[in-house]
Amino acid sequence: MAEITQHDIVIIGGGGAGLRAAIAVAETYPDLDVGMVSKVYPMRSHTVSAEGGAAGVIKPGDSLEDHIRDTISGSDWLADQDAVEAFVREAPRELTQLEHWGCPWSREPDGSVAVRPFGGMGIQRTWFAADKTGFHMLHTLFQTSLKYARITRYDEWFASRLLVEDGRCQGVVALELRTGEVRGILGKAVILCTGGFGRIFPFTTNAAIKTGDGLGLAYRAGVPLKDMEFVQYHPTGLPGTGILITEAARGEGGILVNKHGDRYLRHYDLGEPLDLGDPRHPLFRTMELGPRDRLSQAFVHEQELGNVFEAPDGAYVHLDIRHLGEKTIDQKIPFVRELAKNYVGIDPVHQPIPVRPVVHYMMGGIDTDLEAATSLPGLFAAGECACVSINGANRLGSNSLPELLVFGARAGRGAAEWAREHPESSRAALEQQADVEEARIRDFRGGDGGTERIASIRADLQAAMESGCGIYRTEATLRAAAESIAELRERFRSMRLDDHSLAFNTELTGALELDLMIEIAEALVHSALQREESRGSHQRLDFPTRDDERFLKHSLAYRTEGVPRIEHRDVVITRWPPAERVYGRAHEAGAAERGT
Amino acid sequence: MTQAPSDATTIRLEIARYRPEQDERPVLERYDVPYRHEWVVLDALNYLKDHIDGTLSYRWSCRMGICGSCGMMVNGVPKLTCSAFLRDYLPGPIRVEPMANFPVERDLVTVLDDFMEKFQAVKPWIIRDGEQPLEEGEYRQTPAQLADFKQFSMCINCMLCYAACPVYQHEDEFLGPAVLALAQRYNHDSRDQGKGERQELIWSDEGIWDCTFVGECSAVCPKHVDPAGAIQQAKVESTVGWYRSFLAPFGRG
Ligand SMILES: Cc1cc2nc3c(=O)[nH]c(=O)nc-3n(C[C@H](O)[C@H](O)[C@H](O)COP(=O)(O)OP(=O)(O)OC[C@H]3O[C@@H](n4cnc5c(N)ncnc54)[C@H](O)[C@@H]3O)c2cc1C
Ligand code: SF4
Ligand code: FES
Repeated sequence: MAEITQHDIVIIGGGGAGLRAAIAVAETYPDLDVGMVSKVYPMRSHTVSAEGGAAGVIKPGDSLEDHIRDTISGSDWLADQDAVEAFVREAPRELTQLEHWGCPWSREPDGSVAVRPFGGMGIQRTWFAADKTGFHMLHTLFQTSLKYARITRYDEWFASRLLVEDGRCQGVVALELRTGEVRGILGKAVILCTGGFGRIFPFTTNAAIKTGDGLGLAYRAGVPLKDMEFVQYHPTGLPGTGILITEAARGEGGILVNKHGDRYLRHYDLGEPLDLGDPRHPLFRTMELGPRDRLSQAFVHEQELGNVFEAPDGAYVHLDIRHLGEKTIDQKIPFVRELAKNYVGIDPVHQPIPVRPVVHYMMGGIDTDLEAATSLPGLFAAGECACVSINGANRLGSNSLPELLVFGARAGRGAAEWAREHPESSRAALEQQADVEEARIRDFRGGDGGTERIASIRADLQAAMESGCGIYRTEATLRAAAESIAELRERFRSMRLDDHSLAFNTELTGALELDLMIEIAEALVHSALQREESRGSHQRLDFPTRDDERFLKHSLAYRTEGVPRIEHRDVVITRWPPAERVYGRAHEAGAAERGT
Repeated sequence: MTQAPSDATTIRLEIARYRPEQDERPVLERYDVPYRHEWVVLDALNYLKDHIDGTLSYRWSCRMGICGSCGMMVNGVPKLTCSAFLRDYLPGPIRVEPMANFPVERDLVTVLDDFMEKFQAVKPWIIRDGEQPLEEGEYRQTPAQLADFKQFSMCINCMLCYAACPVYQHEDEFLGPAVLALAQRYNHDSRDQGKGERQELIWSDEGIWDCTFVGECSAVCPKHVDPAGAIQQAKVESTVGWYRSFLAPFGRG
């Protein structure tokens, strides 16, 4: 029998979103107690890897309106405009709050917070802590959370199932890695903050833990996954490892060149390059500061033209930051230098860095409303695992860290309100569900009848995703991916583990993750198949243009016993009617007008 | 460091295995894995787990030297295995063991409880008498004030310094390098006023005075936090503070 513990609120995930949610509960209603379940110690969460920065309007000359506009056009008009407005309004306050909690933001000489340019943003508004922004934010949040006695942590516990009774989510079942114990952790409200799922692709900036478990849990509990087809490729990953070279490298003035030394972006409707000595370089929303989807797509074209370097670890172009000089590099983007030296053996002060597009961020996720609530009463979601949506078809760099804060805090407050109004229902029924889950995990662990290694199923899943749902897709590639995934699901049934032990069995957690990865990969492929248009990061060669008539809509994938059912829902448009997404040319005119 | 022989195709790993349900004590097991010039030790472990023996347990996540999960002893030296290249250990074998000075949970996984308790004990958060309302914006902090603690804020909690520390090896109570550096990180933050609250613990027997300034911690730290420097700084400040409290008993230390 599975043991049971009880909290007012259970949060799954100890990354930026989960910690912010936990603190919001503790500050709003200090009498409520929080159980925070995380499969890694919170400071190991993936937020730690974020480098570049967090956008929030604070500087004179900037305005909320401009940040909203940049975000909406960046999203290719697929973002819900009421959500974007709420996000942009609350982001500065949240970033200031983090400052008060001790985040070591980089500063101006007068002691105010410094900001830097970022891709797709029309003005400098990205707060940064050198180029370890996520690291500092996560450690600040974690350390701050330690002062609240009513936050109980379950570090290195793996959540494997939501408990749903009386139509309400009322807890989770989790596996303690250290002991192998399975326990029901009850809460009157549950918040999923489990992060993204880049790991369903083979070549990604994402850490090993980013397997999308929370999406799988919600999906299995009947909650739809929204806009899953939108996968962001970051244009500058290191070949081989996929380690990210932050966009801040371009924000500081770095340029992209192909093997002929050509600043090739100028051929892709992103404006004209300025001379590196020109004080206006880098120009906002132009060339290297265009949005990520467009830059990654340009790479594919250059590759087809034979203009890129070829190497065993994949083709690449050069990111050149030499002209910034050693001093600026060491001051503003020291981690870039450290990573390039360590992982590709070059010093960017003297040599250009080889880079190629890499899967980086998932715009899609668990469908939530503005208050971070899902369609399942009592279940909330925030952070990269959720889709509110502010990112639409393409997230702007540095919008995701403030998103964690804004919607993490909203989720915390919303869940707290909910928990105060709703008592626990039938304990016996919840206990019984926990027992069923315990048995399922025991079967997973014991299973040695099969023949398939989880590593080989996982590798084949990743390969299918890359060939079927990459930067450019067609009906044929997507159908092939859908077929492969269906086969992989069958193969998964005959998986076998080498490891049957209880203590820290990471092969077991790997299997639990893979089970959910297959599930969400399927939702992604089917959402992509149904979207017969090209928008933002979703590019269909067989439907090369945006089709607002049919698809100014969110995709919602529902789990069924067969293939997922895809429904669509209108995007919320308030004050910013859909228009062409223009980078480079028109903006130059606009910038000239405003005298920036 | 040995020069890479161009014909290396495999490399031998000697890995400390300990499965509490079946082993009485750790044993070294040998595995041959493919050698690739660009691989780190962690890549070799992942290869091993995926293709040869799924029962090996270890922690990792970011594989870019920032999450702090993957610390182990590599040929007896504490290292982040995601940043330790196979090519620096040619021709092998490479001995991989769990971090020294910590109890072993299983295989290469150590128990963090002691570290986490001490971490929390130094109150690593901003302590102030009063809060400035958020509407009034950020606290001003000049680049020089930031520089005063920035280095100590770079700690990724990898605990390699504990694995290297000869004092922690013998004295369980010692707060240890990273935790003391963390206390200094807040004590030196211009926004913080909590030094007094942290003082007692830092200056106690378990705190800075245990350190004999061997400096091994700073030598192994992958992020140049220089915990030994932090401890030294705290010692100097405490002496100064002690004298000061005599001279001006009612002033702030
Ligand atoms: C290399 C890199 C750089 C980036 N740089 C930037 C940037 O400069 N600016 C920006 O705005 N964004 C950036 N991003 C994006 C941003 O960092 C992420 O979107 C964000 O950090 C996600 O935070 P999160 O709190 O949602 O999830 P995470 O930080 O990923 O945390 C997820 C948490 O969920 C837990 N969890 C997951 N599954 C389970 C389970 N089954 N059981 C228990 N716990 C579970 C994990 O343990 C973890 O604690 C970057 C992303 C990458 C990959
Ligand atoms: S001080 Fe250095 S070695 Fe010690 S835990 Fe921090 S980063 Fe690791
Ligand atoms: S895996 Fe994150 S520090 Fe090595």
